[in-house]
Amino acid sequence: MSKNNHINESILSDEIREHQKKNRIDHMTYLPGMEVIESDVMDQVLAAMNAYDYEKYTDSDVRRALAKDNRGPEEFAALLSPAALPHLEEMAQLAQKETRKHFGNSVYMFTPIYIANYCENYCIYCGFNCHNKIRRAKLNYEEIDKEMKSISESGLQEILILTGESRAKSDVKYIGEACKIARKYFKVIGLEVYPMNSDEYRYLHECGADYVTVFQETYNPDKYETLHLAGHKRIFPYRVNTQERALMGGMRGVAFAALLGLDDFRKDAFATGMHAWLLQRKYPHAEISFSCPRLRPIINNDRINPMDVHETQLLQVVTAYRLFMPYAGITISTRECARVRDNIVNIAATKISAGVSTGIGSHVEEVEDKGDEQFEISDSRTVDEVYRDLTRLHLQPVMSDYIYV
Amino acid sequence: MTDLNKDTFCLGGHEFQSRFILGSGKYSLELIKAAVENAGAQIITLALRRANQGGLANILDYIPEGVTLLPNTSGARNAEEAVRIARLAREICQSDFIKIEVIHDSKYLLPDNYETVKATEILAKEGFVVMPYMYPDLNAARDLANAGAACIMPLGSPIGSNKGICTKEFIQILIDEIDLPIIVDAGIGRPSQACEAMEMGAAAVMANTAIATAGDIPAMAGAFRKAIEAGRTAYLSGMGRVIEKGSSASSPLTGFLQEQEASGNE
Repeated sequence: MSKNNHINESILSDEIREHQKKNRIDHMTYLPGMEVIESDVMDQVLAAMNAYDYEKYTDSDVRRALAKDNRGPEEFAALLSPAALPHLEEMAQLAQKETRKHFGNSVYMFTPIYIANYCENYCIYCGFNCHNKIRRAKLNYEEIDKEMKSISESGLQEILILTGESRAKSDVKYIGEACKIARKYFKVIGLEVYPMNSDEYRYLHECGADYVTVFQETYNPDKYETLHLAGHKRIFPYRVNTQERALMGGMRGVAFAALLGLDDFRKDAFATGMHAWLLQRKYPHAEISFSCPRLRPIINNDRINPMDVHETQLLQVVTAYRLFMPYAGITISTRECARVRDNIVNIAATKISAGVSTGIGSHVEEVEDKGDEQFEISDSRTVDEVYRDLTRLHLQPVMSDYIYV
Repeated sequence: MTDLNKDTFCLGGHEFQSRFILGSGKYSLELIKAAVENAGAQIITLALRRANQGGLANILDYIPEGVTLLPNTSGARNAEEAVRIARLAREICQSDFIKIEVIHDSKYLLPDNYETVKATEILAKEGFVVMPYMYPDLNAARDLANAGAACIMPLGSPIGSNKGICTKEFIQILIDEIDLPIIVDAGIGRPSQACEAMEMGAAAVMANTAIATAGDIPAMAGAFRKAIEAGRTAYLSGMGRVIEKGSSASSPLTGFLQEQEASGNE
């Protein structure tokens, strides 16, 4: 099916939409070139998620989960349930204690760099999707060098390289060259690019990258199918198994996230935690981390949706992740405002971005700002400002706690 | 009377009076100096991966002068990586001291004894003062000693857990059987636990989280110092025996021998 068959579905009649649906490729079948790995992790995650009935947990289940020393999936399930909401203050206090035990008061700082925004996927909620008429751009190597040099002058030593998901426009070699340039200026290099095969991860690891972030968006395959209409991203199992392929390719760490609010956020958060937990058991050396992006509830929405992820629910998810996996990193998004970020970093998050722009070529003036942004950020603080605010919270900003070996 | 001033221990030919080794991670950088001073520590560990050169918040700028810097190989997942990090550390820190940490378990951060022995063997031959962090296993400890380690650093409980000396019986075996200083590392959460390790005969104690996460960091560092000195003094003084249950008769089983002698021949 060619890309040109896709149009904005919201303007279509039900009948045509039905017709379109029938013509979509099967989201559970791998496409040619996609590596299939021997793994039952996805099946285990989906089975656990499907069996998760958060309504059945009671106040005493939550109390037991809180009192427990080493928490497992059952305690995690209780802490994510509605019954845990009245215990949120206690959860936050315990989460803070666990964070301090494992990380002290260190908070890692980094910034993302968007080097291209071409995308072949059609994800109906995303600003980069292939049907959105935005300015597309891709930095050349010289421009990447200028941007990275400029970022490194802020004192940061960790960078997260992002592209839109276009294998054609931003191929593996291009991303590898970007990693090599990054090594000149940074100690820690992470990637948030399209999922790829384990041999490609091995190549990018050799180019200097050691961390891979992939957002699953939602772990519900039926919902996933309705949101990701075309492109490689449509293939659900290939995306779920990305972290495992990255680890097989020698990456040191992998990050997990559901975009909370796309579907039932409790189930998605539970699946995200289970996914991370199962992979940590299978690959005990892997460094695990979570991101916690959410779709913001619509202000003045007269229908109160119990599935909306307000700040309270976001905090519940973050603290549940921390209490379930006290050793995991947690990154707090610039989609959140400074107030929420500072509070969450004081409780459970261990990594925060600063000086963020999600556009292409926006860090230096010499590089023409030529690509539109993926999303609007809600925290525009500079590196110095975030540094100062962390210090005020008696937290210690850390630029790098890593050595490439 | 025991004089702690003359009671030193030796690591790779260097004499140390303080038996308190301080970790440097997990702190606000500006508090490191006060912690070192109050702890009376002469050795401070530093993860080489934290020792960024240049950039913001360089930890090396905050470590007071005159303290022996003990770089560690954290981040190493096998012997080969530990060796590479150790060689880098020697260049950057200008020191032969190296604490070996080989960890490929991100959950408990438990050390891999087998890889640690391999790294120790290579680095000791290269002239490093090798201080291996290990799980308290007698056979591994003997291998480390044979490989040229300067001391043995068994864990009390998992790093950062503050659970105290969960491995007490096994650390005691190392203290009794190994002729190198035994330095209890990881898991010590309160001064009383540090004191306990010293009473057992440990040569020194290493702590980080317990102090870095205290409400008053300098005061807690001071409390640990006193506890370690107390435990050391108790050990040197010869500990009294412990009565397990109730009071004890002086010779419950052999007392009859005296009775026989007193009553003469039958």
